[in-house]
Amino acid sequence: MSDVMMDDPLRPSGLAQGQQQILGRPLDRIDGPAKVAGAAIYAFEHAPDRVAVAAIVGTPVGAGRIIRIDTRAAEAIHGVVAVITDDPRMPAGQANSRAMPAFQTDTIFHYGQPVAIVVAETQAIANEAARLVHVEVEAAPGRFDPRAQPVEAKPGIGFLPPIEIGDVDSAMADAAVTLDATYTTPVHFPAALEPHATTAWWDGDAVTLRISNQVIGAARNTIAQALKVDKDKVRVLAPYVGGGFGGKTGVGAEAILAAIAAQHVGRPVKIALPRRQTAYMVHHRSDTVQRIRIGCDAAGHIAAMAHESVVAQNDQGQFLEPVPFGTLPLYAGKARRFTTGLVRVDLPETGAVRAPGEAVGTFAVECGMDEMAERLGLNPLAFRRLNEPTVDPTSGKPFSTRRMLDCYDEGARRFGWPDVLPDPASVRDGEWLVGIGMAAALRGNFTVKAEARVHVTPDGRAMVECDMTDIGTGTYTVLAQVAGEMLGLPIGRVDVRLGDTDLPPSAGSGGSFGAGSAGSAVALACEDILAELARRMNASPEELRLKDGCVMAGGRQVPLADLLRGEPLTGYGKTGPGKESQRTSQASHGVHFCEVAVNAVTGEVRVRRMLGVFDIGRVLNAKTARSQLIGGMAWGIAYALSEDAVVDTRTGTFVNPDFGEYHVAVSADIPALEAHFIEEIDDSANPVGAKGVGELGISGAGAAVVNAIYNATGVRVRAMPVTLDKLLADLPPI
Amino acid sequence: MQWTINGQRYVAEVDVRTSLLDLAREHLGLTGSKKGCDHGQCGACTMLVNGRRVNSCLTLAVMHDGDEIMTIEGLGQVGNLHAMQSAFVKHDGYQCGYCTPGQICSAVGMLDEAKKGWASHASASLTDAELNDAEISERMSGNICRCAAYPNIVDAIREVAGLGDREPVLVAAGEVGA
Repeated sequence: MSDVMMDDPLRPSGLAQGQQQILGRPLDRIDGPAKVAGAAIYAFEHAPDRVAVAAIVGTPVGAGRIIRIDTRAAEAIHGVVAVITDDPRMPAGQANSRAMPAFQTDTIFHYGQPVAIVVAETQAIANEAARLVHVEVEAAPGRFDPRAQPVEAKPGIGFLPPIEIGDVDSAMADAAVTLDATYTTPVHFPAALEPHATTAWWDGDAVTLRISNQVIGAARNTIAQALKVDKDKVRVLAPYVGGGFGGKTGVGAEAILAAIAAQHVGRPVKIALPRRQTAYMVHHRSDTVQRIRIGCDAAGHIAAMAHESVVAQNDQGQFLEPVPFGTLPLYAGKARRFTTGLVRVDLPETGAVRAPGEAVGTFAVECGMDEMAERLGLNPLAFRRLNEPTVDPTSGKPFSTRRMLDCYDEGARRFGWPDVLPDPASVRDGEWLVGIGMAAALRGNFTVKAEARVHVTPDGRAMVECDMTDIGTGTYTVLAQVAGEMLGLPIGRVDVRLGDTDLPPSAGSGGSFGAGSAGSAVALACEDILAELARRMNASPEELRLKDGCVMAGGRQVPLADLLRGEPLTGYGKTGPGKESQRTSQASHGVHFCEVAVNAVTGEVRVRRMLGVFDIGRVLNAKTARSQLIGGMAWGIAYALSEDAVVDTRTGTFVNPDFGEYHVAVSADIPALEAHFIEEIDDSANPVGAKGVGELGISGAGAAVVNAIYNATGVRVRAMPVTLDKLLADLPPI
Repeated sequence: MQWTINGQRYVAEVDVRTSLLDLAREHLGLTGSKKGCDHGQCGACTMLVNGRRVNSCLTLAVMHDGDEIMTIEGLGQVGNLHAMQSAFVKHDGYQCGYCTPGQICSAVGMLDEAKKGWASHASASLTDAELNDAEISERMSGNICRCAAYPNIVDAIREVAGLGDREPVLVAAGEVGA
């Protein structure tokens, strides 16, 4: 076994010497044919025989107490198998936390809190019966309006403590030019297209769950704990996951409920949340209020930078949206303050949604930088360059790799960013006001523990195995590329098995750590195999070269199959964060440039073109990495223009809990998007040298759009999203 | 009741509440069509019914007695992909893959509509519906891709429609709107 924690910079020799020339190439996804043919199997599909279908009943109010649950009418429906309300293991609220409260509580934490499971022969019967379950409650006034609640300044939850360096207030007072502005972002739903779903079946005292989940190793532990069974008795499968975006990082209540129901009725049970129920049984991103203060000298050097925020959580949740996280290493400035205050609410849990922190924090800081540049009379790009730090300005640590300036250069060149910006509202194209904007992108890089096994078989193929997931991120393909590169095999001769907790425990997909961490475990497993092949070649591993199924060393060339002598060879790799991860400040970086047109009559905003340049360490697959980045950019466009989950503050319900009213981007909203790379392998990040990709594209993207809207119209909107009602009153005369 | 699905005849008795989507997924084992919202807002369930694209979650199985239905499984299979399926792979017109069968069925149906000269909201007039990026995006906007592979989906459809690769639309900023 190769077991290497990141205590020092590292590049495995087999990776440095790779000859196959497939790593990084824009190869088609190896799981692509199955996906386009409808043959990929998701959580709710291909259930075992005799499967029953379940529906979950939620509370009809958002605060108060449950008096009793009357199931008689539901049970009388033909085709209902069981109505379950009293299993002590049933979770109330979300099951993301292992400290989840059980059903026994009569307290209502939020609207739609699950209180009963209806199991029936078909979905139609289950749905009908679920509507007949009468939940009698004593309603109480709820804390449904986050803006009306008292703020806890030091909430003591979340991973990002308050940070205070120097004296921001006096630095602001001494500054020649200052900005003090408050920005807001609304609730965002992760809204993966595949509903949160589980199929569960028992075999004696062992349970298997096919589940739509991003991190199945952790899910297995949570499920075992919730069901009160040994974790060796729990197997979790997730071969394909129809999007996650953070919403599937934890274990949804539906997974626990499906397993409980399956045990009760002695049959397999499957549950998929109806779209509107996902708003209540899946966590969402908190709304935020963010105050940005920047103080500069007359030349534009930042002396003070403060990013103070307030976010919401319910009484059960332990997560705190780390709003200023991305701002910590972003710009220089001696006096610094970063805080996240908390308001407690009686709403569904808030949690991690794509790029927690940066996705919304960059709206405030990057719009603030744009406003500040204008006050200074500087080009926004020049202002950012001027304040590019040489070491992490908050922690003082050296950067592992940071190519922000190169991203600025390359992006400005490709986009045609001018030295002097057109004045706001000065460029017209017929009835359209045209403007340009830019914003920096940054997402903290994480490496987590991961293990993987690689077999080389006598037929000259390789098999990669780990419990990693592919949630659309390209995991199947990039892991095959790492193994193929190191073992000298074309992509078609590498198979990948994922999404099964019987396989080595891996990183899971979240926090953009998946490919770097799992890919590194695969690389180390290959190092294991290379060491044995070297021994059989009477050579050192450094002398070994492998290509197209042949092993070369010392002037000899031997087919890989011959070296195996009819027996498979297995390698095992294990990696995780170490001293190097602590010694350095690590992040992915980038920049967005955007051109918008705003209709001078209606205020309608159209993004005309958008271009990003990104520093993500080693590019494992240029095609899938680009797709993730442009996907993130599209999220930024939708966050800037339309995504807005509205809470009815009288009831604690969501006004718009479906795709009809919660407007994610559609094709007509998204123009051709460009994403380019500045590639530098980051040997401090992890053994494959890759930094996170999936969350970088959204970071700063929306701010670039909002800054372009300002340049187009002269209207500065600080409350996201920028819907036309916020623009109309202040648009220039037609 | 009987339906011809992907060229094969199926006979079944179903609950009148059964949607065409649930008929395929829950009764016939055809799980390629996906359920994303179950009320006609996402397009993941798109099938071709008598050649026209339909949100199969919004129509009842019993309304389609005798109809010819094409799902993703009938369009092409692993090893024998339809041109649109191959183009989606080549252009990475997906990520998680969940909306993909609906996108592909929709794209095939859409190209047929465009070929017949049917206008869309993006068309210059009711009789001028030349296929371009704006037309493709408008006509495909009933199919949500939360991974937002939209630019790649447009590229894939362009290829199948014979429109070629699109040019990067780069204009020097000083010339915007000029």
